[in-house]
Amino acid sequence: MINSLKRSIPSLKSVFTVAVAAFAFSQATLINAAPPTAEVNTTGLAVTDDTVTVGILHSITGTMAISETGSTQAEKLAIKQINESGGVLGRQIKYIQEDGASDWPTFAEKSRKLLVKDKVAAVMGCWTSASRKAALPVFEQYNGMLFYPTFYEGLEQSPNVVYTGQEATQQIIASIDWVVKTKGVKTFYLLGSDYIWPRTSMKIARKHIAKLGLKVVGEEYYPLGHTQFNSVINKIKLKKPDVIFAAVVGGSNVAFYKQVKAAGIDWRKEKPLMLTISVTEDEVLGIGGENLVGAYSSMKYFQSLTNGNNMEFVKAFKEMWGEDSVIGDVTQAAYLGPWIWKYAVEKAGSFDIDKLKLTLPGIELTTAPEGYVKVHENHHLWSKARIGHARADGQFDVVFESENLIEPNPFPKGYQ
Amino acid sequence: MFDGYTGSELIAIFAMQGFAGLILFSVLVLMALGLAIIFGQMGVINMAHGEFMILGAYVTYLTSIFFENYLPGLSSIYFFVAIVLAFIAAASLGAFVEWALIRRLYKRPLDTLLATWGLSLILQQTYRSVFGAREKGVSLPDWMMGSIPITDMVEIPINGIIVMVLTLIITLSVYFIMQRSQWGAKVRAVVQNRPMAAAVGINTSIVDRMTFALGCGIAGVAGSAFTMIGSTGPTSGQLYIVDTFMVVVFGGAANLMGTIASAFTISQAQTILEFFMSGSIAKVLTLGLIVGILMIRPQGLFTLKIRR
Repeated sequence: MINSLKRSIPSLKSVFTVAVAAFAFSQATLINAAPPTAEVNTTGLAVTDDTVTVGILHSITGTMAISETGSTQAEKLAIKQINESGGVLGRQIKYIQEDGASDWPTFAEKSRKLLVKDKVAAVMGCWTSASRKAALPVFEQYNGMLFYPTFYEGLEQSPNVVYTGQEATQQIIASIDWVVKTKGVKTFYLLGSDYIWPRTSMKIARKHIAKLGLKVVGEEYYPLGHTQFNSVINKIKLKKPDVIFAAVVGGSNVAFYKQVKAAGIDWRKEKPLMLTISVTEDEVLGIGGENLVGAYSSMKYFQSLTNGNNMEFVKAFKEMWGEDSVIGDVTQAAYLGPWIWKYAVEKAGSFDIDKLKLTLPGIELTTAPEGYVKVHENHHLWSKARIGHARADGQFDVVFESENLIEPNPFPKGYQ
Repeated sequence: MFDGYTGSELIAIFAMQGFAGLILFSVLVLMALGLAIIFGQMGVINMAHGEFMILGAYVTYLTSIFFENYLPGLSSIYFFVAIVLAFIAAASLGAFVEWALIRRLYKRPLDTLLATWGLSLILQQTYRSVFGAREKGVSLPDWMMGSIPITDMVEIPINGIIVMVLTLIITLSVYFIMQRSQWGAKVRAVVQNRPMAAAVGINTSIVDRMTFALGCGIAGVAGSAFTMIGSTGPTSGQLYIVDTFMVVVFGGAANLMGTIASAFTISQAQTILEFFMSGSIAKVLTLGLIVGILMIRPQGLFTLKIRR
């Protein structure tokens, strides 16, 4: 039985190869534009005459699977759409998916595997800053290209990474300006989980608030996974800030909003307002829309955006991943990665990483669900800032959109 | 730090803060009771305690979905049904785990640590495969959310009261079961001297299974209650496990009174410190305090005097 099975495998394989070759041939004759592999790939990447392989590296197990699932889905959707529209330089994209398992050294190890063994032409991956920091040296050593989707604290810039989410100043400064201007707030209460992203973000927020001549009446950090927020809620009641600026993450996020609601604070009232930089549609699933209604969230993308690009994107995403799926900011940013890579490769006429580095700055994307974006010299994106007002159904009404694209500035002067 | 506040504001805030301490106390007792029974009475280091809690939370989630779809008229009371179902589900799983895994390890208590840790990983991935990696929002009836305003400043959260009442009921039940019932006497007999208990005709393996199931069932109830104040996801149980062990170890493993006293000490220390300093520092100081006391009293706050 086993022997016969073994014998049948090669025959299956050869049938498959023939089928693929036949398909590729028909494609090649149809398009007849794919440049020869020797020209577009001089560094031995996994590129053949009709395929190119990329890597997807997110956590599908462990704590972070909650957040990274959406990113993986968006990247697969983008790859599928690119393939349907003819691929990259006439080549269909294949992907190898690896699991970072919410463990930072694993991210480094899997990056090495993808770059050294699989020779992938690009990697869409990482989510937390910790995982990116772990993988970064590997990408620099083996000259890979990482497309990183999460909004993050900035203070980093590598030629081997493209940051498709907002860096801190893009997310924070515009939102503070907005809340000061339209709501006339004078006092802030800063609240975050205790790790690098909230701490750096709050540092920028505090500097900016001081610049505006306004006052921070409290600043608090709680350990990751903290689940009891009654004390801080009491402190907020005592200090009576006009607005709470929050960057609480994970399970703590859920606990915080539930307990605030239970303590009788209603975000729909004039005071205190809630302005958060850590709640997307994804997080609302766990928090529950009824616990968040009235809060403001600062992101560059909301699922409810009504431009044509986004309508199509949401439709395609739901077709592929189910009617109930929600799309948060990071999911959209992850969707941009494969597209930016495709246009940069085609502009360079080559998959070579060094040529890619030269063509990446200035790549424009007019089809992005969030609207027009452009890659900056520093490998971050020019993008708009937006504020969403939480509805009970878990979606956001977009109440503010910055007039112009905001320049990414990962090393803000005067904010460190 | 009290400059510029009126006296009534300060009184109000101290009242609120006292109440916050009581809520934290109830939460700690509720999470630790199940473990106190399993760890304290049986000597099994159950690292999967958090996952049994989350099983309760998922049962609550499923119950809420069921009531929404089939019995919308009764959805305001679904929570009480959910608590009972959570107990049954977690206790059944507990009994099964004891039969399949734990009973083989009574002679090797340290190995239960590894075995149950493995179990917790298996359960986490099972939840992830069944319910998805994302957190579930458990919708609660309106009357359970919100608060009762006493004055402008003082507002009593309803879910806090529910947790407190539930904790009181469970604690009293456990007390009566363990200290006043015949079955409780058997459990204590087995804990104190297993061969002797067997010699007088107690079926120790049944007692073990029921004790483990009871502990797990209480964990399930705690998980069900915590859908009001926390998250429901595959790894949410991990948020509670450290605090739970802290309470049980600090209290003196073999004594339920110790668990309660320790939960009270920790919750009060934590809320008072949290009020005066940042959350992270408060946690550090609380842990430091516990380590200090355990260095002086390694057996915990309360101990049973047993001739070994």
